Amino acid sequence: MIGAAVIIMGVLIYIIGTVFYKGIPSLTWEMITKIPGGGFYLGKEGGVLNAIAGSVFIITGALVISLLISVPLVMYINFYLPNKSIFSSIIRFSLDILFGVPSIVYGAFGFALMVYMGIKASLMGGIITVAMLIMPIMMRSLDEVTRLLPRDLPDALLSLGSTKYEMTKVLLRQLMPGLMTAILLAVGRGIGDAATVLFTAGYTDNIPSSLGQPAATLPLSIFFQLGSPVEEVQNRAYASAIILTVIILILSFSARYFSSKFSKNKI
Amino acid sequence: MIFANQHLETLTVNPVKETNRTVLLKKVMNNHTIRIENLDVYIEDQHILKDINLAVPEKSITCIIGPSGCGKTTFLKTLNRMHDETPEVKIKGRVYVDDLNIYDKGVNVIDTRKKMGLLAQRPCPLPMSIFDNVAYGPRIHGIKKRKAINQTVIQYLQYVGLWDEVRGRVRSSPSRLSIGQQQRLCLARGLAIEPEYILGDEATSSLDPLSTKKIEELFIKLKEKYTVILVTHTLRQARRIADYIVFMYLGKIVETGPTEEFFNNPKKQLTREYLSGSFS
Amino acid sequence: MRKIRFVKDITARHFMLGIAIFTILFLLVIGFSLFFKALPIMKEKNLWVLLTSANWKPFKGDFGFLPYIISTLYVSLIAIIIALPFSILTSIFLNSYASRSIRRFFEPVVDLLSGIPPVIYGVWGTLTIVPLISNKIAPKFVDFSTGYTVLAGGIVLAIMIIPLLISIMTEVFRSIPREMTDASLSMGATKWQTVKKVILRKSFPGIIAATVLALSRAFGETMAVLMVCGNIAQIPHSFFDACYPLPALIANNYGEMLSMPSYESALMLAAFLLFIIVVLFNGISRFTLNQIEKKYQFS
Repeated sequence: MIGAAVIIMGVLIYIIGTVFYKGIPSLTWEMITKIPGGGFYLGKEGGVLNAIAGSVFIITGALVISLLISVPLVMYINFYLPNKSIFSSIIRFSLDILFGVPSIVYGAFGFALMVYMGIKASLMGGIITVAMLIMPIMMRSLDEVTRLLPRDLPDALLSLGSTKYEMTKVLLRQLMPGLMTAILLAVGRGIGDAATVLFTAGYTDNIPSSLGQPAATLPLSIFFQLGSPVEEVQNRAYASAIILTVIILILSFSARYFSSKFSKNKI
Repeated sequence: MIFANQHLETLTVNPVKETNRTVLLKKVMNNHTIRIENLDVYIEDQHILKDINLAVPEKSITCIIGPSGCGKTTFLKTLNRMHDETPEVKIKGRVYVDDLNIYDKGVNVIDTRKKMGLLAQRPCPLPMSIFDNVAYGPRIHGIKKRKAINQTVIQYLQYVGLWDEVRGRVRSSPSRLSIGQQQRLCLARGLAIEPEYILGDEATSSLDPLSTKKIEELFIKLKEKYTVILVTHTLRQARRIADYIVFMYLGKIVETGPTEEFFNNPKKQLTREYLSGSFS
Repeated sequence: MRKIRFVKDITARHFMLGIAIFTILFLLVIGFSLFFKALPIMKEKNLWVLLTSANWKPFKGDFGFLPYIISTLYVSLIAIIIALPFSILTSIFLNSYASRSIRRFFEPVVDLLSGIPPVIYGVWGTLTIVPLISNKIAPKFVDFSTGYTVLAGGIVLAIMIIPLLISIMTEVFRSIPREMTDASLSMGATKWQTVKKVILRKSFPGIIAATVLALSRAFGETMAVLMVCGNIAQIPHSFFDACYPLPALIANNYGEMLSMPSYESALMLAAFLLFIIVVLFNGISRFTLNQIEKKYQFS
């Protein structure tokens, strides 16, 4: 049993180790500060700033959309609907299922939707599709912490004569660390996913300057560079993988920090 | 402002003298402002409260006692309609507050709750500063002016005797206050919405004896302006501060009466057994 | 003044209700739009033929999904077979044997494993697993293998679903009332006997549900598998053949095939199949898990 646990831990270290070992030699300052120059895909100068920027833009947009939808929804099922209502369990159930829908299905659906609405593969398309992917993640995570909130606080607020809306606003403050965890978790998943943006965001060597322009993303940039027969380009894929891994590590540890903060506040 | 500044000095508590009490009793006998008629409460299939009929005397402390599980807390919650949040609770009967049946259609829950200041079992400060905790009620109920809010906050913090203790740090979080201080903060917060009734749900059960004493003193001070209804877990507390006692057992009211009479001369066999401690 | 408060409250309530309904409908919208997109190909060809034919020649209008379906099943099953023992053992260890500090230490490991993006798993797979298979493992069994195989896909996928399995299983084990294990221990059973007779038996439905959930996750995983499994449309005959799972099919071809309506429709059918299977699997296992949670909450 200890063996199994150790192996799992070993694999984690092995994965991160391999990526770093392979990528460190090619990881230069240029990688994260320059967009691909001429002949980048033949091993010449340039970096993956286009992909970093694209990923950041997409995840920011997706985050805004999904926050606007997840927060009200979670507040609704926890504070507006009665405790054991059938409606809230139906919503939770569909969230569970949405959570399990593979990202490639979201990608295909997103693309079909874009074709239907006449949007080209662009920043906009990527944002919408990634929002679909991270919404259930955020909702479930936020819902989990919201359910743990002691019942005293809502009761205290109601007995002061708050409306439910006023009550919810105060409770949201209490839920802030939980919300942060949910956001970081969702961002981590969204920024690393390639299948959703494969058809919907397109790919470009430039930094997108409007919603209608295509946008490169970090995971796709890794994927494409790895597919290149030129060795320098492949090595850059490993370096890009380091960048992505570091981003994920930072997100993951900050999520952990916020969730530990939450459990301390919880009384 | 219902209350003026003359009440700000702390009243000394003398376990209410006999003469005072009789005067008080006469004053309130015919003035019932909370009246409960034929109240039945069910939670799912369980019959929790059975045919409750009660008139609560104005400007006095009424203590509800009884063994745990007798429906005391459920009863208290029916008074400010906190059961609205749990649909499995069914309520039949009438609860008149200021001659208005609060379970009539079209009665605003918020207005009803605003009339009741609730002090819960454990203090539950809101996640905001001490000042904002007290200011929260007035703010949501529509007071905008800064001066008015400042004044209200100071007034009620002084009333519960917390002002001097927290003077320099009203903008900080209440989490560093002791439990007793937090409970008084919650009381100030409840008073700041300017209720007419104070409900206490075993409000001292989580406090140390000294804090308990302070809260009890406050209750006695409160009854000059408010009608106070307390659920209590200790007979001694009821004896110390109550003007009237309501004894409940298995969802029914067994006996009611003025405190002295109730303790010295209980009429029912069940009451005598309970007071002698043969069950709890 | 008073009125504004109530108007705000009611507006918020309706807005939220709208979102709630939208969320439930969203699932149906995805399902239906995929279905309608897939309809043309289903009208053109018999669905049964589509699913059981191994003939994939899009340019001649032959769409036989069998190789893709078999590949998906093959890779997912290998992943489950590898991942399950590790996950069960680790969860038991974390639940019954490990001290608090070890548990604390292990939590972020599971978190990180589940947080690593599929692409990184893919990179790692091509760097380590693929050469390992091609140079060390495969030569012992077959003459030649590129390493981009069913087995590589299975191994990478196994590592990806382990965190999901562990987190659900520890949850399931935790839901077993403490008194039950205490009772067993106080009768003189060893810890291992208790684990076997009480914990594993009691949590059997939970383990099954977790497995089904992980299986559906494995079905849908795209990028990592795509990067290591070879992507050749054939029915794999051994662990060391290349394969081509459904998600990889969609990822590789969709978006570029809009000029051929029947090809697009066929890919949509693939997405629809994936969606239906995942929804069913998820639905069943989530339902089971919810029941387990409820059962122990009130006892």
